[in-house]
Amino acid sequence: MTFNFFDHDLAALHQGLKDGQFTAQELVQGSLDNIAKTNDQLQSFLNTNPDLALEQAKAVDEDGNFAHPLAGIPLGLKDNIATKGLPTTAASKILEGFKPVYDATVVDKLRDQGAISVGKTNMDEFAMGGSTESSHYQKTTNAWDSSKVPGGSSGGSGAAVAAGQVPFALGSDTGGSIRQPAAFNGIVGMKPTYGRVSRFGLFAMASSLDQIGPFTRKVQDNATVLNALAGFDPKDSTSAEVEVPDFTANLGKDIKGLKVAVPKEYFSEGIEDGVAKTVRAGIEQLKALGATVDEVSLPHTKYGVAAYYILMSSEASSNLQRYDGIRYGFRAPDAKTLEEVYVKTRSEGFGDEVKRRIMLGTFSLSAGAYDAFFKKAAQIRTLMIQDFNQVFENYDLIVGPTTPTVAYGLGTEIDDPKAMYLGDVLTIPVNLAGLPGLSINAGFVDGLPVGMQLIGKAFDEATVYQAAYAFEQATRLFEKKPAIADEY
Amino acid sequence: MAEQISRDQVAHVASLAKLAFDEEGLNEFTEQLGDILSLFETLQEVDTSEVEPTYSVTTNVNHLREDQADNWHQKRELLANAPEEAADLIKVPAILKGEAEE
Repeated sequence: MTFNFFDHDLAALHQGLKDGQFTAQELVQGSLDNIAKTNDQLQSFLNTNPDLALEQAKAVDEDGNFAHPLAGIPLGLKDNIATKGLPTTAASKILEGFKPVYDATVVDKLRDQGAISVGKTNMDEFAMGGSTESSHYQKTTNAWDSSKVPGGSSGGSGAAVAAGQVPFALGSDTGGSIRQPAAFNGIVGMKPTYGRVSRFGLFAMASSLDQIGPFTRKVQDNATVLNALAGFDPKDSTSAEVEVPDFTANLGKDIKGLKVAVPKEYFSEGIEDGVAKTVRAGIEQLKALGATVDEVSLPHTKYGVAAYYILMSSEASSNLQRYDGIRYGFRAPDAKTLEEVYVKTRSEGFGDEVKRRIMLGTFSLSAGAYDAFFKKAAQIRTLMIQDFNQVFENYDLIVGPTTPTVAYGLGTEIDDPKAMYLGDVLTIPVNLAGLPGLSINAGFVDGLPVGMQLIGKAFDEATVYQAAYAFEQATRLFEKKPAIADEY
Repeated sequence: MAEQISRDQVAHVASLAKLAFDEEGLNEFTEQLGDILSLFETLQEVDTSEVEPTYSVTTNVNHLREDQADNWHQKRELLANAPEEAADLIKVPAILKGEAEE
């Protein structure tokens, strides 16, 4: 029996479980049935783990302890997050059949709090891409229009939540991979401050940029999930030893006097008119709610894509050296010598986008190119951080579009990597500076959602959520559902 | 300094990265990488002579802890992930030339 998650946000699910309106087993079965019903179209889940999920749900029901707000609630996990004994492939052929021997810290935390993962979601191979089309396994479609991409790289998680298959999901964001699919699917996606959430068990792409974060349909749900994920982890030495506030604490507080900065560069060339108009209207809404809004400049924004693609691909080319066909995953069947095992396994096991980034990174780090590319990019990163610091001396929040365009057609950009890279121009700076960034639906252009991005000071996710919540409650855009919602 | 990457350079980088391409693939990658590198060239417009590079934004320095072993007793699970195993070990092809194969 399917379950309509559009009628219940996380708080309502929590209350319903406590009051005995439904059981965790019913929610998990409902989610699995939703997936069974819509996954042929959506292709958002790579696989499900019904036996384990129902067993966990039964244990939660028998225990009857629903103290934690996520106890008994099903979710989806991006397939680059390690799950012990369950396939985790990062949507790559090179990890076909791989089963981690440990759980990611976020998986441990969610399970400890009673949340139940029902399966793994599709993604761009090793989180490299903006459309989920570089997955070795399948092509996910947008929840609002099956001819459009869901965004990426966490496109499976974004589409799954937007289509109501699960009430929430986790993704990872290195240059926009949570915020961009959240924008394309009209939901809420948060990339927390670098260090806010442990990366232990997240298959590394670019270690200085990667962060795990939640996808939800509503802001309060998102803050609730981040509460469950955040905190220092001894297993990730880059996770921050800072206090974790209650991210829901500021929700409902007004935003009178909140100082909002709008970078003029975020509305420059390459931004579609419909996107610019919708986000401008969203900013007017923040003004109407009492925020003060000024235009500012982040002058190095236009260099972000180049700096990011050098740094990210350099880190990725190092991180992906571990995939060599020796200890786990795919090994080229006809390799006769050790060298052949390495070369054939990697050449047959990685897809084109992954190879492209390994090549770019290897080149950027090679003798002769290091100073002109890798070091130069790291210096540009410093300048971009200084741009942000300057603005945040006088402002609480930076607001602009999440993406230059709405979701584009499947197959239209996959063969033009440079065009795909430029689509990350508005999300990349946030990763380079390690700041929290959230995308929320600000309206629609031709039936496709437009994302508005709210960027906060480091470790000030609470203010980001406060403003996003005020905006959401004023616009109530979450009441509009995609056609696929009628399936449940 | 719009220097394009040559086909030979691409082949060299591929060998460093332990990747192999056929002729067609090499041509395609040379073109695509050249296109992307031209985007990277825009960084040269910016004067960074006095700018320190940022390689990470973490403020942590070192987290020291006891070196304690945990997560033991998973030999079977670990070996199950190996493409080939023999005698409870991961099996790889011969490393030294002259050894009999098989």
